[in-house]
Amino acid sequence: MEFLSDIASLINSTLRISTPLVFAAMAGIFAERSGVIDFSLEGKMLMAAFVAAVGSYFLGNPWLGLLLAIIACVSLSMLHGFASVTYKGDQVVSCVAINILIIGLTTALAAAWFGQAGLTPTLNEDQRFLEVNLPFAESLRDVPIIGTIYSDILSGHYIFVYLAYLSVPLVFWVVFKTSFGLRLRAVGENPSAVDTAGINVFAMRYKALAINGVLIAFAGAHLSTAVNANFFREMSAGRGYLALAAMIFGKWHPKTALVACLLFGFTDALQIRLQGVELPAIGEIPVQLIQAIPYVLTVVLLAGFVGKAIAPNAIGQPYIKER
Amino acid sequence: MAPVDKSKVPWWVSNLIVPLVNLTLALLVSGLFIFIAGENPYEAVRLIIYGSFGYIEGFAYTLYYTTNFVFTGLAFAVAFHCRLFNIGGEGQAYIGGLGVFLVAINFSFLPVPIVWLLSIVGAVVFGAAWAFIPAYLQATRGSHVVITTIMFNFIAASLMVFLLVDVIRDTAQMGPHTVALPKEQWFPSFKDFAGLFGIKIRYSPLNISFLLAIAASVFVWFLVWKTRWGYEMRAVGHNTQAAIYAGISPYKNVIIAMCISGGLAGLLGVNEILGVHHKIVAGFPAGYGFTGIAVALMGRNHPIGIFPAAFLFGILYQGGSEVTFDMPNITRYMFVAVQGVIILFSGALENLFRPQIESFFVNRLNIKASA
Repeated sequence: MEFLSDIASLINSTLRISTPLVFAAMAGIFAERSGVIDFSLEGKMLMAAFVAAVGSYFLGNPWLGLLLAIIACVSLSMLHGFASVTYKGDQVVSCVAINILIIGLTTALAAAWFGQAGLTPTLNEDQRFLEVNLPFAESLRDVPIIGTIYSDILSGHYIFVYLAYLSVPLVFWVVFKTSFGLRLRAVGENPSAVDTAGINVFAMRYKALAINGVLIAFAGAHLSTAVNANFFREMSAGRGYLALAAMIFGKWHPKTALVACLLFGFTDALQIRLQGVELPAIGEIPVQLIQAIPYVLTVVLLAGFVGKAIAPNAIGQPYIKER
Repeated sequence: MAPVDKSKVPWWVSNLIVPLVNLTLALLVSGLFIFIAGENPYEAVRLIIYGSFGYIEGFAYTLYYTTNFVFTGLAFAVAFHCRLFNIGGEGQAYIGGLGVFLVAINFSFLPVPIVWLLSIVGAVVFGAAWAFIPAYLQATRGSHVVITTIMFNFIAASLMVFLLVDVIRDTAQMGPHTVALPKEQWFPSFKDFAGLFGIKIRYSPLNISFLLAIAASVFVWFLVWKTRWGYEMRAVGHNTQAAIYAGISPYKNVIIAMCISGGLAGLLGVNEILGVHHKIVAGFPAGYGFTGIAVALMGRNHPIGIFPAAFLFGILYQGGSEVTFDMPNITRYMFVAVQGVIILFSGALENLFRPQIESFFVNRLNIKASA
């Protein structure tokens, strides 16, 4: 039984750790499917974490914090669009600028407003999201197998965890089953054809970026107002890039991107477990090396041991109406 | 607005006026941040100028930061000419520092100038090696270097902390750093030089690596604009398909460009290890690798532009530390944000006012010519 509960808790943490990655990957799908590169997921996630924590601290309600985070992230997405869609600037440079700006700004403002080095005050129970216990979780706990799956794995997560996994079929439906999704994909593949059909390429890309901003805000709020009770310096820790790698590995599809996110989440959950554990034959692996595993995995996945990833055709190119 | 004929735009408009306008905009926005943080932007500017020019040691610090930014700025620029975004300067500099230290400590029986030369080679080789894997994956598998180099920054940080804690730590001391190099291997500092002329000044980290930065700038200029390889690399960056038709291998050029870029970033380790710390200290690249991006973009990826841009960031860093000292609400992260704003305005938004400015000057010159 010890083994079974170990597995259950490993799956439980996998679901929790994958959550921000799933939101970020879905956000990335919208931007990149429309033909706009988005390396700024990292910066936006960090911004959302900061704004959600500060907003919730001052307003006393995590939902208002989330709302402010959404506004902040959509604004950053619009800035990215302004630079790279309207002014046809380099999309990667725009993303790098946003990332560096946000790393600096969040830490600097946290220090200026709260006097601690890049920390926001700890939120109390009213100011943060709490774990959701699914109905009957307690009474079903003792039922074998079903009890473990329902009570130990599925129940007791933060609301964002459920929202993240619900967002995947929703994104799939929007991108592949609606006329909006068809236009979105067409704008990323062949913008001039879409333009000929009388659809505004710029407006489509801005809409895609707006949805991107909303989704990524959830990832940040999850970090600072649910799993943690405050914001701290560079708390996104490369998750935006990890999610982007997962999205590329998943070939810009929500379902396969989800699988890649779960793989990342699992490795991360595993590395936390492995810290300080004596492994047979190898002995204890130094903690610094274990912590590098998700980053190494990202590189390995990107190197693509399952075929080359084909990006949307027009990605990274600003659309110029008349050549 | 109708676009102007590019050939009619004088060089000083596109390479001097436009960057200066963009920089001014960036500094105005940065002033706004300082205001939001609850301090007086005008006072901050005064402190920055005093801190970086007001006294000899301050100015020496400015030039010390300039040295680092020249290395990382050149590193980003070389890769950028091949349309590669090497944002892994941070990790490459870290590993480059490892190269410097390992060479210096293992070859300490050789004459000092030879050890210096070998250490510089060590920095370049280690930095280049750390850039090689992302370069190889980009060239063969199309794995985007932005993600892989960022990941290699994280991996380098983990690896170096592991080495500093478990393998090469100075066991006599508590902190995660190595033993110090023998004193005769230390680079002569600016203070030593001033002492030769009978001028007594206080400590500053400025050392002869500054000359290495000048040499590196000349080297990059020669390599990128005056050699066949530089031409090939720019051709790949400009139009890969055309380069392939011309018989130029994008595969080879991507790898070489990234390795040279990594090697240049590694030189930061020379300044930090031989010139300043004389040992490996955890986290010594301290964000210089990222600042290199802003420096290169502001300097329009040309050594002649990168040098003044690096100097400007030197002023911002050294003056910035004066500001953080005097203004409790400002931390050094505020200047990280300022870098972001500068990258935004001089990189991504560089076309914001370019058409207006260019047509303004072209029209004026036309009027003058016809008058």
